[in-house]
Amino acid sequence: MPAMHVRLGALAAALALSASLSTGASAQKKYDTGASDTEIKIGNIMAYSGPASAYGVIGKTEEAYFRKVNAEGGINGRKINFISYDDAYSPPKTVEQARKLVESDEVLFIFNSLGTPPNSAIQKYMNSKKVPQLFVATGATKWNDPQNFPWTMGWQPNYQSETQIYAKYILKEMPNAKIAVLFQNDDYGKDYLKGLKDGLGAKAASMIVQEESYEVSEPTIDSHIVKLKSTGADVFVNITTPKFAAQAIKKNAEIGWKPVHFLNNVSISIGSVMKPAGIENGQGVISSAYLKDPTDPQWKDDAGMKAWNEFLDKYYPDANRTDNSVVYGYTVAQTLAHVLKQCGDDLTRENVMKQAASIKDLELGMMLPGIKVNTSPTDFAPLSQLQLMRFKGETWERFGDVISGDVGG
Amino acid sequence: MSAVEDVVTEAPAVEAVPKRAMTLGTGTSVVVLLLLLVVPVFAKNFVIFQLTQLLYLGLAVLALNILTGGSGQFSLGQSAFYGIGAYITAVMMEQFNIPYFLCLPVAGVLCFGVGFLFGQPALRLSGVYLALATFALATAMPQLLKLNFLEKWTGGVQGLVVTKPDAPFGLKMSQDMWLYYFTLVVVLAIYIFSVNLLRSRSGRAFMAIRDNEIAASAMGVNVALYKTLAFGVSAGITGVAGGLSAIAVQFVAPDSFTITLAIQLFLGMVVGGVGWLPGSIIGAAFIIFVPNIAEGISKGLSGAVFGVLLFLVIYLVPHGARQVAILGQQFASRLRKN
Repeated sequence: MPAMHVRLGALAAALALSASLSTGASAQKKYDTGASDTEIKIGNIMAYSGPASAYGVIGKTEEAYFRKVNAEGGINGRKINFISYDDAYSPPKTVEQARKLVESDEVLFIFNSLGTPPNSAIQKYMNSKKVPQLFVATGATKWNDPQNFPWTMGWQPNYQSETQIYAKYILKEMPNAKIAVLFQNDDYGKDYLKGLKDGLGAKAASMIVQEESYEVSEPTIDSHIVKLKSTGADVFVNITTPKFAAQAIKKNAEIGWKPVHFLNNVSISIGSVMKPAGIENGQGVISSAYLKDPTDPQWKDDAGMKAWNEFLDKYYPDANRTDNSVVYGYTVAQTLAHVLKQCGDDLTRENVMKQAASIKDLELGMMLPGIKVNTSPTDFAPLSQLQLMRFKGETWERFGDVISGDVGG
Repeated sequence: MSAVEDVVTEAPAVEAVPKRAMTLGTGTSVVVLLLLLVVPVFAKNFVIFQLTQLLYLGLAVLALNILTGGSGQFSLGQSAFYGIGAYITAVMMEQFNIPYFLCLPVAGVLCFGVGFLFGQPALRLSGVYLALATFALATAMPQLLKLNFLEKWTGGVQGLVVTKPDAPFGLKMSQDMWLYYFTLVVVLAIYIFSVNLLRSRSGRAFMAIRDNEIAASAMGVNVALYKTLAFGVSAGITGVAGGLSAIAVQFVAPDSFTITLAIQLFLGMVVGGVGWLPGSIIGAAFIIFVPNIAEGISKGLSGAVFGVLLFLVIYLVPHGARQVAILGQQFASRLRKN
């Protein structure tokens, strides 16, 4: 397996080579606002405060990663100037910060802004200004819409493709299943539910016996679990965020409900979900992933994991290494570094989008073996592959092939 | 009445604000108006956008000021009215293609109705209890906006994108600048209306209720009517402010109208000076710019820095911008005497 990993050093060398090749072709330097011979200005909007502040770690990790890039000489000799603002996950504030970045700080583009509502708020503005809104940090399906929003691009596998993969698996393995669904009552939960229904197709109505939603403000979801058990369902699709996922797994064990349990990718952290839920309660739970879990012992000696740890030692020593967001921020920042290298000396907004839309089979250290980043002018969903896995012992055991589920917006 | 309640009800009624002290002098007003008219011509679009924000948030603070400073009632539920106004405007503009300048009055009138109705049960409550009841309204609002049967119009959790209007009559002016002047006109009109309202018979009734409810009713003021009326007027103005925000931000979503917004408005009112209408704009400036300054000082501790700044303001000038204005005036007159 380790042979399949592209080592970071080798990757960088390959990138440098391809970058120099592309610069050879177009020797002329071209810049838009925010780029110069010495600097590339990148804007970012994160929730460092407010209800989603737990994700602020992503911004901090990216900042640390660009410090590393700069310490190692920058990208094609240019330093990254990473300007990150707080929007407290409030859409009006996002608009203000986006305008500040674009019109006052004059960044080249905005990268990895967080959350579906905040990104929805600025999508129209960014597209009318023709400023890239690159690799947004949300799994909503609508970001893959190059036709209508050619300046917006997602990054992670979208929610709908994930539940479609579960639906395919259910149809194949348990065609007569009775499915109970628990989902969070917001855009994220509803997107997942839609994917499941689309995946099941005509059989959705007969197979799904109960859809139960909860509010993120509820302290516990125990009563919902009891209700779902009473439907006699034998498949449980669990679309919940980490705290609730742990509660659900625990409650299932307590009341002795043993359906085939599908857990969404959002909550697969061993450190923050499976351990609090009780390792023995989580046995057999099925989920899917595209990133390596740092708390999973199987990656202990993995090269990508080692590089990640070295990066954290040096540039972000107080990071919480059980937090998947740190892996996320690191990997998405690597993807951006790749795109900027590909841009060569043509740092126009148009070329940034062009290069972002022509990534071919990019493999990165913290992605699962076999998962690749791919984009094209008609495919604005960089990651669309996942691998199914089952919780066994203290770790996720991957099974089956890497499955892709591209869904357009 | 418990001691706690007394303390809380009395707190906003700093000391009875004389009617004339509620506004600015003519000279100052003209200077401020000129500044508001001229500055955008020389500013970048982003700054104009921030000034627009300042105006409509100032309007929302003003609305709260009428309620609390005028009639002495608390509200932590202004975000709800603000949200309703924003949604009404957005839905009318996007789903029914009604021009934006017609949507705002509708938003105002409907919010007036909602506020008036909410004022009925709120009549039985005062002080902290009223604050709590309005707080409940603010917490409920984001979830109500997500309701399934409304999703057809509201776009549910995904929110609704609003198209920004162009300048009319072929004026060569950016959308931002046009919207700024449009907002300015609306805000000025409502400001003048509010000043006159507080100077009128109704305004005197509000203030009589604020200062002493029993005395007011003994004088023949219909306490119940004027209390609910104050709620209605305040909610109506807040609704218009919300509508303006929807047009300026070009987006509404349930997450935009959380309890945090209500607390910000409340904070803006206290910093601007309770009962002093021009302070509303200063209060709005505080809630827009100070968090940005705090973030500039320390990203990780921006909340703490903001807290320290807020504490300093409340500690040094407990009556907010009004106190600063009065001090300035005294200082000026002393200079003149010398």
